[in-house]
This record gives sequence, structure tokens and C-alpha cells, in this order.
Amino acid sequence: MLLKLARQSLWNRRGTAIMTLLSLTISLVLLFGIDHLRKEARQSFTSTISGTDLIVGARSGQLNLLLYSVFRIGNATANVSWATYQRISKHPQISWTIPMALGDSHRGYRVLGTNTDYFTHYRYANQQALQFSEGQPFNDVYDTVLGAEVATKLGYQLGDQITLAHGVGAVSFSEHKDKPFTVTGILAPTGTPLDQTVHVSLEGIEAIHLDWQQGAPMPGRKISAEQALQQDLTPKAITAFMVGLDSRMATFVVQRQINEFKGEALSAILPGVALAELWQMLSMVENLLLLITLLVLVAGLTGMMTTLLASMKERQREMAILRAVGAHPWYLFVLIQLEVLLLTILALLAAAVTLVVTLWALQDMLAGSYGLFININPFSVQSLYWAGAVLLISALLACIPAYTAYRRALSDGLAIRL
Amino acid sequence: MTGIKPVTDKPKIPAIELKNVVFFYQTAAWQLSLPELTLQQGQHLFIKGASGSGKTTLLNLLAGIITPKQGEIKLGGEPFSSLSPAKRDTLRAKNIGVVFQQLNLISYLSVLDNVLISGHFAGLDKKQSEQRAKELLQSLGLEAELIAKQASALSVGQQQRVAIARALLTRPALLIADEPTSALDADNRDSFMQVLLEQANACQTTVIFVSHDAGLRRYFSLQLDMQNLAQGVQPCC
Repeated sequence: MLLKLARQSLWNRRGTAIMTLLSLTISLVLLFGIDHLRKEARQSFTSTISGTDLIVGARSGQLNLLLYSVFRIGNATANVSWATYQRISKHPQISWTIPMALGDSHRGYRVLGTNTDYFTHYRYANQQALQFSEGQPFNDVYDTVLGAEVATKLGYQLGDQITLAHGVGAVSFSEHKDKPFTVTGILAPTGTPLDQTVHVSLEGIEAIHLDWQQGAPMPGRKISAEQALQQDLTPKAITAFMVGLDSRMATFVVQRQINEFKGEALSAILPGVALAELWQMLSMVENLLLLITLLVLVAGLTGMMTTLLASMKERQREMAILRAVGAHPWYLFVLIQLEVLLLTILALLAAAVTLVVTLWALQDMLAGSYGLFININPFSVQSLYWAGAVLLISALLACIPAYTAYRRALSDGLAIRL
Repeated sequence: MTGIKPVTDKPKIPAIELKNVVFFYQTAAWQLSLPELTLQQGQHLFIKGASGSGKTTLLNLLAGIITPKQGEIKLGGEPFSSLSPAKRDTLRAKNIGVVFQQLNLISYLSVLDNVLISGHFAGLDKKQSEQRAKELLQSLGLEAELIAKQASALSVGQQQRVAIARALLTRPALLIADEPTSALDADNRDSFMQVLLEQANACQTTVIFVSHDAGLRRYFSLQLDMQNLAQGVQPCC
């Protein structure tokens, strides 16, 4: 009966109850959403690269280099010459390197020019190697290997032909239509920006740009796909390269040597250190966001308490009737608490559904624009703690209207003056 | 006894008994004194009094919502006023029915639930309560199709009948009615009085009926005038 009373009482005041529920749900979506995004962003960024000791690019800040080379966010300010890359890759303490040429795209997905070392040495998450769900690495200049999401979203299969576009916009008017690439492999999903990458050989990148200059076709010069194959396709420059060392002990020595490289201004960064700097930069924003979210939540809960408190006067008759039929003042206290509990639980459920739907809807946009691979399941042990804390705070705040009901029940008795 | 003549000469355990009851509010220069009031099972008492004469205070005392500063109230022989608040609430749920002057029902509950709620607090079996509630509502002239409706959908007269059903569901020893006819027209008032007393008699329930409508006096064998009980007091010191 207590639950029925609480439920029907809320339904009777459904106008205000729905508004309270709405404001509470929004606060909770913000709280859980920001907490989830914060954790997922860390997880997503941290798992994108593993086992790479250094990333080398043209002289720039370490964050910029990390973001464009690993997360495909932003662009390089300058390139690294092929000769420099060749020289450094022969360093006795360097075990392997992965060259990377960025700057082209296919229907909004970034194109990465690299070599087959990429498929051999690149590791993500917990030292996991890349796996092919279909096909194999590229063998030919015009072969391409697609990330899992590119293949799924664009419906590509092995043997399909695709053309690349100059630049990284979703829509491009400068396409390399005369030199199509054939899909020879599709990577298994990794949950990292790799899933959104189109991989081609460095020679392929060179071939499509033979008759191009400064981002546009050279007037009067046309080199066909076949003619390009006859030419020297050794790259002149790359965007950056990843480095794996024989021994981690040598990391700082090699890093210093690259940073002091005489021939070209280079930056060698440690991915872990760059990520730590990124988190440090973001932690202040994170904390601020969390604080704002908590304040919004407190505002929502206070609003609920105020609404209940305001309804106490109009509910005097209801309380008097309950007292008259034998309800103890504590029963009325518990009734108000139960109403608050019901509202909060409903808000928690509504927030959970809203959050899952929102994450599902924003998943592609977050992955495409920010390189964030977000799990649409926002629930964890931490969220249970949050939910518990929210319930506790609401119960504490509800003590005010509940105590008002209790006190009035004692003082008003059967005499209600309306 | 104060101005009350018993109908029967065979006193058993009184339904309600007040002895040397004194009550006053700390902030009011006024007190209620009742040297003695005893009502046997099935007796009907009419209490009249002007506004501010202490009628509601007396009802709160009888219902155990407040306790006397002095004296004792017994309900069915139980020292009602000296029980703990929780026990008083339970005893009230089982032994006292209350009908207010208007807005007697919880508007968002159905007619049936409004009646059943008293059974819930009295700890009655749900099935039996439901059966009795339906019978009571039927005997009070409420059609079966009304019982699932929200209380707020009923007319004032119908609501007052539902209030009687709620008050009598537990077959209480005592029924307290606080000006229940004040919102009814003359026809509805007479009809209400008839069904109220009929049902109370069927349950052998003692009725304490408060009203300033002297015309209702004729339905009752006993009468109490509040004017004799409330006294002004001088502030001490």
C-alpha cells in the first residue's frame, strides 16, 4: 500500500513530477556522460598505441605530433625527408621503424601511406598485433588495406576499387580518380583510430601525386596509373615515423640524438610521456566539468526537494486522512522518502537509457571528429557508486519535506484549515 | 458524566471513557476540561458547539492524535492516552473510524483503495477487506462501476458515503464524525444521516458526531454542549 500510495501520489502530481524527473535526468545524463567520456577517452587514447618507443616528426610540440601521427587529429606542420628517415632507421639501436605519410583521405576517412612493417610491428592496446579479418597486406602500388570501420560503413569487400582524395575533408573536389586502389585486405576491429584508416603503400601515395603540385593537378601533365609504375616511386618525404628500439634503456639516448639531429629539425617524443602531458592538460578541464556536473546535479536534487516541500501544504488533507486511518507520522516520513526514491530511481533509469541512446548516436561523430572510440555501455562499478551517492544525497535532501510532513502530522492532527 | 444520559442500563466495558481530562495549548489562554464522559458500545453522541469552542481539540483527544495534559482516556478498556504514539496509532487504526466534513478521500486513489486503506493500517486480511469494502459500498448505495473510479470523480454526497465505508471497514468501536454534513444539501444530509447510523448500528459502533447544525440533534440519544467544557484561564504569573 505504501508503494501504491507513493506511486499514485506522484502520478497525481505528474506535471511537476515529470518536470522534476526531466531536470534530474538531464543532471544525471551529464554526470554519467562526462564521467564515462572521461574514462573512455583515456582508455581509447591509451590503447591506441603500444610498444612504440618513439615517434619522430618535423620539429613541433609533442602533443601535436602525437595527435596527428597516432590519433589522426590535426595536421603536421612540416615533413621529414626520406633521406633523414633512411639515415635514422639505420641507427644501430633502432630495431624497427614505421614510416607514415598522411594528408589524403577517402570519403572522410584518413589515408595512411606506410610500408608492410606497419602490419608487422604496430601494436595497440596490450601489445596486440594487427589482425586481418580478410585478405592480406598490400603487395602492389595500387593495393589498399582498409580499417574495419571503413569497410563496414562503406560496404567494401576484397577486390573493390576505391579512389583517394587530396586533403582530409569529408568532401573533396580534388580526387585522384585516375589511379584507383584495389582492396586487398581488411583489418580486424581494434577499437582505435586504425579502424577508420585507409592504408596504402608509400609508393602508392607517391604515384598519385606524380602529376600533382601544391594540392592540385599540374596543368598539361597527365601520368596514367600504368605510366606511374614505370617511374621512381621512392618517397621524397614522409609525415612522421614510429620507432621501436632494441632496448628501452636506450630510449632517452636515441631521443636526444634525434632531437639534436643536424641535418633536419626533428622532434622525437615518447608516446607515454606525451599522453601523460595530454592528461595533465585535460585534468583541469575534466575536474572543472565534473564540478559543474555535480553542481547541476545538486541543483536538480534541490529542485526536487523544493517541489516536494511546496506540495506539502496542498497535501495537508491527504496527510490528515492518513493519520486519521492510523498512519504513524513516521509512515508519512517514509512515504515522502519513497516518493523521492521513486523519482530518483526513475531518473537514474531514464538517464541510463538516454545516455546509451546518445552515445550510440554520437559514436560515429566522436570517432570521426575526435578519434574517440566510445563504448556505448556506460555502466561500471564506478557508475554504481555514483548511483548510490545520488540516492543517498536525494534521501538526505528529502528529509526536509519528509520531516515537514512528519511534524505537521503531529501538530495538525485532524484539523486541517484549507 | 457531563450532560449525558445513557440509553441503556446495562453497562459493560465502555466503548470510550474519559476521566478528569484537561487539555490546553501552551500558547492559548484557554483550556478544555472534561470531568467524565462514558459511552457504551452502540451509543450515539451529538456534540454541538460554536467555532473555537474546542470541538476539534476534543476530537483529536478522542482519536488519540493528541494526549490530555491531565486525566485519562480509555478505549474499549485500554488506557488509550497513556500508550506510546505508535501503539495509539495502531489502536486508532483498529478501533476508530473518522469522517471529516469534506474532502474526506485521497483524491488520487480509487474509491475501493480509499476504503481499503483503513484496513491496511488495521492489519486486516486484504481479501476479506476487499470483500467487506464492496459489500459496504453496495449497502451505502454506491454502484459497482463506481468503485474503480478515482475518488475525485465522485459527487460530494457519494464521497461522504465512501468516507463512511472507510470509517466502518474495520468494524470500529468508535466512529468520529466531524461535521460530515456541512457540505451537503438538506436531502443529501438526511440520507447521509440515515445510512451513517444504519451502518453504525449494524456494526454496534459508538458514534460521536460533531456539528453546529442543531437540526441533526434529533438523530441522537445523547448530547454534549462544548460550551460547558471550554474555559478561559488566566495566565499565571
